Amino acid sequence: MKCTEFLDELTNYLDGVIDAKTKAELEDHLAWCHNCYVVCDTTRKTIEIYRNQELYELPNDLRGRLQTAIMSKCSAQKKSGPQKV
Amino acid sequence: MSAIQPNVQQPQPVSEEMELVRRAKRGDDSAFEELVRRYDRNVFRIAQHITQNREDAEDVVQDAFLKAYGNLSQFQEQSKFYTWLVRIAVNEALMRLRRRRPERMVSLDEEVKTEDDSLPREVADWSPNPEQMYNQSELRDILTRTIQGLPPGFRTVFVLRDVEGLSTEETAQALELSIPAVKSRLLRARLQLRERLSRFFQKRANGNGEKSSGDGDQ
Repeated sequence: MKCTEFLDELTNYLDGVIDAKTKAELEDHLAWCHNCYVVCDTTRKTIEIYRNQELYELPNDLRGRLQTAIMSKCSAQKKSGPQKV
Repeated sequence: MSAIQPNVQQPQPVSEEMELVRRAKRGDDSAFEELVRRYDRNVFRIAQHITQNREDAEDVVQDAFLKAYGNLSQFQEQSKFYTWLVRIAVNEALMRLRRRRPERMVSLDEEVKTEDDSLPREVADWSPNPEQMYNQSELRDILTRTIQGLPPGFRTVFVLRDVEGLSTEETAQALELSIPAVKSRLLRARLQLRERLSRFFQKRANGNGEKSSGDGDQ
């Protein structure tokens, strides 16, 4: 497997949707190609870091205000009949 | 290395969610309110990632749920309600982004360049615990600025797939893209983020992740 072929399979590999034969070839490539090993490892870390850090949490007070606004608008929409959206 | 699985909370089992949808369709607003409570955090996160603006994200949350409410009778129940809702929210968010940046075409269909610009150039290894190299607010700042630098089409795919944990198929449905298009954008988004983060997370000179205190090796 060449480095470009490894890149083509990287997403499937990280997502665990790869057939056994391709996976074995890919892991064989990773065993001797240090650059691809680092790319694979740091791409995995990239995904994990973004998953672990919730960047845009909805604060509770804002959340409450939004929920109230949504439900009151829904109720108004119901009273005024179907709306073209 | 084994595959990584999303650890984010997945939407509830379809049957229970669909029961809420059916009750909401029959006019039970408390059922719709439960759907709002279930997904408002997710919609807010997605909206803020796309619009990069807090006020716009708040508007997107309201308008997306209001549109879902008004169009509930048209929801065919062939996909998850959550996927349908994400599709509405993404469209609302992109509309606001276009309004704010009319000078730049903002489209999920923008041509993906096929040149080798996603081939990794920077392959320096990272510190073993990159998240511990910075304090929490520095880390959030780095991550936010880095993801904001991605084109909207890549950013949206990465957020739905890797942050929110939608499957490739659900992401394709929500964005009205083909599965190969989702996969290709996801790969490029992941590689670009990785490369940009390398600047912050690569092993420092002394190899233990600590900042070097001097410039000479006495």
